[in-house]
Amino acid sequence: MEPLERYRPIVDDFEAFLDACERPLGNAVRVNTIKASVDRATTVLEEEGVGYEGVDWNPRVLRLETDSPGSTWSSFHGFTHGQEEVSAVPATVLEPEPGERVWDCCAAPGGKATQLAALMDDRGTVVANDSNLGRISALRFNAERLGATSLAVTNDDARNYSLERFDFDEFDRALVDAPCSCEGTIRKNPDALDGWSEGYLDEVSGIQKGVLGRAVQATREGGTVVYSTCTFAPEENEAVVQHALDREDCRIVDFDLELEHSPGLTEWNDEEYDDHLEQTARIYPHQNDTGGFFVAKLEVTA
Amino acid sequence: MGDDAADGASESDLAQNDGQRFGRLPTTAAERTVEGRASREEVVDYFADRFAIPPEAFDDYTFWEKGAGKIWIYGGDAPSPITIEAIGMTCLRTRQEHWKPTTDFVQRFGREAGECVIELESDEARAFAAGEDRELERWEGDWGYLIAAHRIAGALEPIGVGLYVHGELRSMVPKGRQREL
Ligand SMILES: C[S@@+](CC[C@H](N)C(=O)[O-])C[C@H]1O[C@@H](n2cnc3c(N)ncnc32)[C@H](O)[C@@H]1O
Repeated sequence: MEPLERYRPIVDDFEAFLDACERPLGNAVRVNTIKASVDRATTVLEEEGVGYEGVDWNPRVLRLETDSPGSTWSSFHGFTHGQEEVSAVPATVLEPEPGERVWDCCAAPGGKATQLAALMDDRGTVVANDSNLGRISALRFNAERLGATSLAVTNDDARNYSLERFDFDEFDRALVDAPCSCEGTIRKNPDALDGWSEGYLDEVSGIQKGVLGRAVQATREGGTVVYSTCTFAPEENEAVVQHALDREDCRIVDFDLELEHSPGLTEWNDEEYDDHLEQTARIYPHQNDTGGFFVAKLEVTA
Repeated sequence: MGDDAADGASESDLAQNDGQRFGRLPTTAAERTVEGRASREEVVDYFADRFAIPPEAFDDYTFWEKGAGKIWIYGGDAPSPITIEAIGMTCLRTRQEHWKPTTDFVQRFGREAGECVIELESDEARAFAAGEDRELERWEGDWGYLIAAHRIAGALEPIGVGLYVHGELRSMVPKGRQREL
């Protein structure tokens, strides 16, 4: 928990935050509406005797009362997919529509890419990319199990991604669910902070800036880009978005989020950020008894 | 595929299949440019003839081949040929005597099937999902690849592909998809 001390000045009720970080997280699933309605999925769970509880902000997310969510019929049929509750936020903020072309820059193992496909009624094109070939096999496995026919999977570095292989030259929307220091997953992976260092923040924020920049460039004017991480470090969140505001044609847009959250920061250590960063969202574990997340929504302006 | 020999005259003009990239299936066999490649029409007819899945079920999808005989179904945009990791989902294995649908395909599209669907009791369904083979004398339909399904939450739901021969249903659920339920 040591590395989290640096967030004492920015987190309201820091002790509650630390307490929450030390509590393990339960099992949440997302209903995969490509294969079953919420009604059908929950009826199957009931028949199997698996207890569940809906969450207020998203009818497709359920908290399960079981230790083995993977060995249920509902999972076998691809009606449900294990996905942390807050990790279902970015795709809903991106709001893709059926028929659109959407780029998921860092997509493996595919929780959000398949969620994007489901939000589009599996109609349109979701280009699910990841630079790590090993993780791509997990992405492909999940896509097939969940029956996502709108996914095209590529294996490249998103920072210099080429659209040449396709017969279109821009996307309507892009999701940058960036690689990060994963501080917000501490409740799932108690060793998430083991390798923590400021040097790593520097290194990974360079990658994040590169990917977000490319995502803005590859998205059409008027299109939407969502940037998300599962970490608290402002170096990986507000600073990365600020970098995109400075160099790319984009602006921050506000969005509704029914989960309790805190506004993004406008300053950190000696840095100041654009006032609009207040319209980004920091979700802390103690606010909704979930993991931690950061989400920013951008509109492409040229 | 039986009709390849009949196309002998044009065979030399046909390109060899490139296993590294995806090529879209030609609409009909007459438009074929890659040796041995199934056509869209043959694929749609196969699903209609074998499983009575209405051809309209595939109106919004294209079919692609990568590797020898591995067919993929895709709902998005892409030029052909294209070199990427995956396009939609695998649906069918051709270039062998008996074409074989995939488990994930029948889970996704098999609800539309009206034939060659075998309904399993709950213990049989669990065994099937775990990858076990079972004696099943009661089946009086065709031998070969069937869709195994069970009744769950009031409706028949496809579990996967089974191979029915000599009174036995063999589960074709791939290892990585098998579960003890
Ligand atoms: C947070 S994970 C993505 C999780 C995924 N969006 C999901 O919902 O299942 C970040 C991913 O970014 C990938 N990645 C790291 N650097 C990358 C780069 N330069 N280009 C593309 N992907 C990258 C990693 O391999 C990792 O799979």
